Amino acid sequence: MSGDHSSAAIAERVRHVEALLEERGLLDDGEIDRRIDEFLAGGSPANGARITAHAWVDADFRERLLADANAAIRELGLSMAGGLQEQRLKVVANTASEHHVVVCTLCSCYPIALLGPSPAWYKSEAYRSRVVRDPRGVLREFGLELPADTRITVWDASAESRYMVVPRRPEGTEGMSEAELAGLVTRKGLIGTAAV
Amino acid sequence: MPDRFVPGDPVRAGTCDPTGHTRLPRYVRGAVGQVAEVAGHHPLADDRARGLPGTVQAVYHVRFAAVDLFGAGDHTVTVELWEDYLEPTTDHQDKEAP
Repeated sequence: MSGDHSSAAIAERVRHVEALLEERGLLDDGEIDRRIDEFLAGGSPANGARITAHAWVDADFRERLLADANAAIRELGLSMAGGLQEQRLKVVANTASEHHVVVCTLCSCYPIALLGPSPAWYKSEAYRSRVVRDPRGVLREFGLELPADTRITVWDASAESRYMVVPRRPEGTEGMSEAELAGLVTRKGLIGTAAV
Repeated sequence: MPDRFVPGDPVRAGTCDPTGHTRLPRYVRGAVGQVAEVAGHHPLADDRARGLPGTVQAVYHVRFAAVDLFGAGDHTVTVELWEDYLEPTTDHQDKEAP
């Protein structure tokens, strides 16, 4: 069962296997740490915020983003190819009538390149088990009260794709620059547990 | 091999409970949903977890009504499911069958 995220025992095993692989010349000293650092380098919610702000100001980009997110984010110099293989990205956009929220019920699949490492609550058994069953109640606990007629779509990211939500552009932001708009977007907004 | 399903098709999630790793979440097993989109082609996760190469097959975004999964709720849940997890169903109503 993947609910137990205690890492002490597995960390010890990993260190042991790593030492054996290094001893036999299959891995260079510190190669795993270096690969992990490379994978995480540049992974930050600032990337998701930049994509969102661009989608807010450029309707054509928004359309391309929702149709083929992997291709669209390359226009901004971003990519989902930081790991061993490029991961498919699915971007969904909130509207006045529909709100999206992302979870991985089986573990903690997450678009690290665009959002950075995931928050602890995203990996918690409580969030993973409850948001598929009662998203409206869970969002309320996050402080997000949606109108009763807003449809909620939950995306279970438990397979090969990764997901990002484009929140709705707040009212009264018409005069703001793209960089200022990006500054409004939060990590929770990109997961769907906050309005922006 | 061509994809077995296209968007709009009603499908039923399998009910098997394998002893090893699977990416078929328990809460969708046996439920009827609708294919929303093809989400790429990948070897079956269950095979890869056992060290087997696995046959490359379609993975689908399948949309379920919460009421069909939990008996309550007005939302939908979209789950990514490998083709092997799904079987065709002729009628969405047959979820009501005993």
